[in-house]
Amino acid sequence: MLNYLWGIMIIIGITVGILRGNIAEVSNATLNSSKEAVSLCVTMLGIMAMWTGLMQVAKKCGLVASFTKALRPILRYLFPDIPKDHIVNEYIASNMIANILGLGWAATPMGLMAMKELKKLNQNSNVASCDMCTFLIINISSLQLIPVNIIAYRSQYGSANPSEILGAGIIATIISTFVGVVFSMVARKSSNRRGQQ
Amino acid sequence: MKFIIYLSDYIIPFVFFYIISMGLVTKTNIYDEFIKGAKDGFKVVLDIMPTLIGLMVGVGVLRASGALDLLAKLLEPITGILHFPSELVPIALVKMFSSSAATSLVLDIFKQYGPDSYYGRMVSIMMSCTETIFYTMSVYFMVAGVKKTRYTLAGALTATLAGIVASVVLTNLIF
Repeated sequence: MLNYLWGIMIIIGITVGILRGNIAEVSNATLNSSKEAVSLCVTMLGIMAMWTGLMQVAKKCGLVASFTKALRPILRYLFPDIPKDHIVNEYIASNMIANILGLGWAATPMGLMAMKELKKLNQNSNVASCDMCTFLIINISSLQLIPVNIIAYRSQYGSANPSEILGAGIIATIISTFVGVVFSMVARKSSNRRGQQ
Repeated sequence: MKFIIYLSDYIIPFVFFYIISMGLVTKTNIYDEFIKGAKDGFKVVLDIMPTLIGLMVGVGVLRASGALDLLAKLLEPITGILHFPSELVPIALVKMFSSSAATSLVLDIFKQYGPDSYYGRMVSIMMSCTETIFYTMSVYFMVAGVKKTRYTLAGALTATLAGIVASVVLTNLIF
């Protein structure tokens, strides 16, 4: 899918750019975006290494294990195919906890580790397992409860009450996550049924 | 509610303080473990760097060509029926690809209409309950080396759509 997605993005972009006379901007965009990606990675190198370093300490002294234990009943329900004491439970739990707290950048390293472990559990297949699909759908449904950045932007642009959207935001986040969870469960059930036949 | 912004400033220092003191209490070799873990972080970033370059070029080309604006214009008749403001369509679309590009569009809405306007409130709620679909999927699946993503995209789009619908309904109900 990514093959087509990326290919279509480039082809449509260049075609529309020619038709609308924006080809100079398109040409600049290819150069600037690739540079932007590298400078973003340089920043990420520092932050990610700092976080995985700290997480290694947390893992070693048993902290992540105790957090994971607290999330375990929910994870068992969401990811029935993962062995009970597998390390991927820790990665998923830390990823979800970081996402809930709004530390999106901190959640990514753990999420990527989780995907690598899920791939091993899936016999290194290049087809996504149900657990991978559930994990990503829940991730993309947004778990962040308090969007601190949005509140900061609102206050910066002169809102009389920047946090007035908090309650509505939490309700909307719960709704989108709930729909994501229901979708994952239904899709898992129907794919298991297909597997049995 | 300023204490929440205030509180957020404390989260990372608190996490550091908590983990490091637990490490000291349990007599863990905290510094050696930190260095060991940091090396893993380097590997992860180097793995995703080529993905990120490819994806950001793709999004950059789409944005510079005006294709995203064109798409929003094409969708205008449909959004009219659904009572979704077409001013917010580019944000909902761009947010699927790039969070920072969407943020700059949100700031533009705040500048033009004000954060306490109908659009301002709706877009604030919308940004609170959605994530970057294509960016997240590409990075996560590329790192895992997964080519067939099955129903992930459908599920992610459904959850995001539910969030957008909820934003519209809640804005009309609450404000």
